[in-house]
Amino acid sequence: MGNVSEPVLLVIVVVTALAFDFTNGFHDTGNAMATSIATRALKPRQAVLLSATLNMVGAFLSLTVAATIAKGIVDSGVITLHVVLGGLVGGIVWNLVTWVLGIPSSSSHALVGGVVGAVLAASGTDGVLWSGLVAKVLVPALLAPVVAIAVSSLGTRLVFRVTKDVPQRDNDRMFRWGQIGSASLVSLAHGTNDAQKSMGIILLALIAGGAVGQDSSVPFWVIVSCALAMALGTYTGGWRVIRTLGKGLVELETRQGLAAEASTATVILLSSHFGYSLSTTHVATGSVLGSGVGKKGARVRWSVAGRMFVAWLVTVPAAGSVGAACYGLDRLAGPYAVIVFLIVAAGALFAWSRLKPVNHANVNDAWDEDDGAASTIGESIVDHDPSLLSGAPKDRNEPIAQR
Amino acid sequence: MTQFIEWGALGKIVVVSLAVGAGLPALFAVAVRSLAGPGSRDDAGLRSRPRVALALACFAVVVGAIATAIVIIGKGGH
Repeated sequence: MGNVSEPVLLVIVVVTALAFDFTNGFHDTGNAMATSIATRALKPRQAVLLSATLNMVGAFLSLTVAATIAKGIVDSGVITLHVVLGGLVGGIVWNLVTWVLGIPSSSSHALVGGVVGAVLAASGTDGVLWSGLVAKVLVPALLAPVVAIAVSSLGTRLVFRVTKDVPQRDNDRMFRWGQIGSASLVSLAHGTNDAQKSMGIILLALIAGGAVGQDSSVPFWVIVSCALAMALGTYTGGWRVIRTLGKGLVELETRQGLAAEASTATVILLSSHFGYSLSTTHVATGSVLGSGVGKKGARVRWSVAGRMFVAWLVTVPAAGSVGAACYGLDRLAGPYAVIVFLIVAAGALFAWSRLKPVNHANVNDAWDEDDGAASTIGESIVDHDPSLLSGAPKDRNEPIAQR
Repeated sequence: MTQFIEWGALGKIVVVSLAVGAGLPALFAVAVRSLAGPGSRDDAGLRSRPRVALALACFAVVVGAIATAIVIIGKGGH
């Protein structure tokens, strides 16, 4: 720790990266566990505990951490600690906004968006590799659900055809285990993949701040703290997102749950294997939709799905606006101001969520449609501004049913 | 569009995902059917040996696939 250039900034960035890691775990619990909770293969608390444990194991499973952030999307030469801080806060705020609205949205895209915004504020449009942004973020967000819907609907159709004359009780009993197994795999993959992203950011910050050498490997405390932050986030359970994924899109039974989770695990692992990463969130959502498409007579709430697609497309600009604003704030008033802003925004969003709480007790309640919901979400997204979000939301337009 | 979509990788993902991601659940379903489907038990309530063997074979493939997946995750190849 000889010549750390900006020790305070470095500490702030590391803590913020851990906070992002926490929101990442907490936002993405649903990707792995929403279907198991909805089909009652696992009790809600069991599910988040299992997922958190596997996230933690996953974080230690592979240590091929690269100190890159938004590689191929922004010019790596313009990334400073200030940019990283702005990007992280943008990502966290967008994660919290989508959590309050109960929309599963990609944490990695939120982070990329935040960084892109901060880079724009720091060095203008030249710092962003626009074709990389389209090819690596925008297009995969559109393709991932399509692929997942295809795989999951075919799987569901085959499963239902084969087991249509098996007593429902036996189906539920046996498919439950398959569902838990496949969901566990998704959790494990998530732990490895996403905890490494945070480790990479912290390592990058440590190198940039001069605390460790250029070719240093990840310090052990970074691995442990990232694994813990993510597991804690997962255990907290983003119940609002779990509810939308498990109840909002399709009414699921265990056979669909197995087909959906198997599809999610397969598409995620294969896409990374073939070097074309698709977001876990987008794949998981597509798989749930596909399990509705593949079952005869099942009703798919495309209006709910449509809102998610809109949210995915605005993730980068929305998180980017916050990232850019935070970078500006940092330059004007210093990193302390950014942290104060983050705490105030997070507090306001948390307070908003308390108006219609969703937790392990009501996560599986029947889903009520509310026609006004779409317009509220659209509005919040379009006028995305954390200060607006602290205002009282229009009461009846909350998408989460309260019973 | 070729500059924005990696068609080669995407094609492989779609084909292999369809085979594996839909095939494994179907295999699981075959196992469930052979254990609990119509005719799985005789009058004494016992399962016939071939059906149990078929089910075990299917489950073995599924378990093998999960083990492979864990190895892929551990290698960081994802």
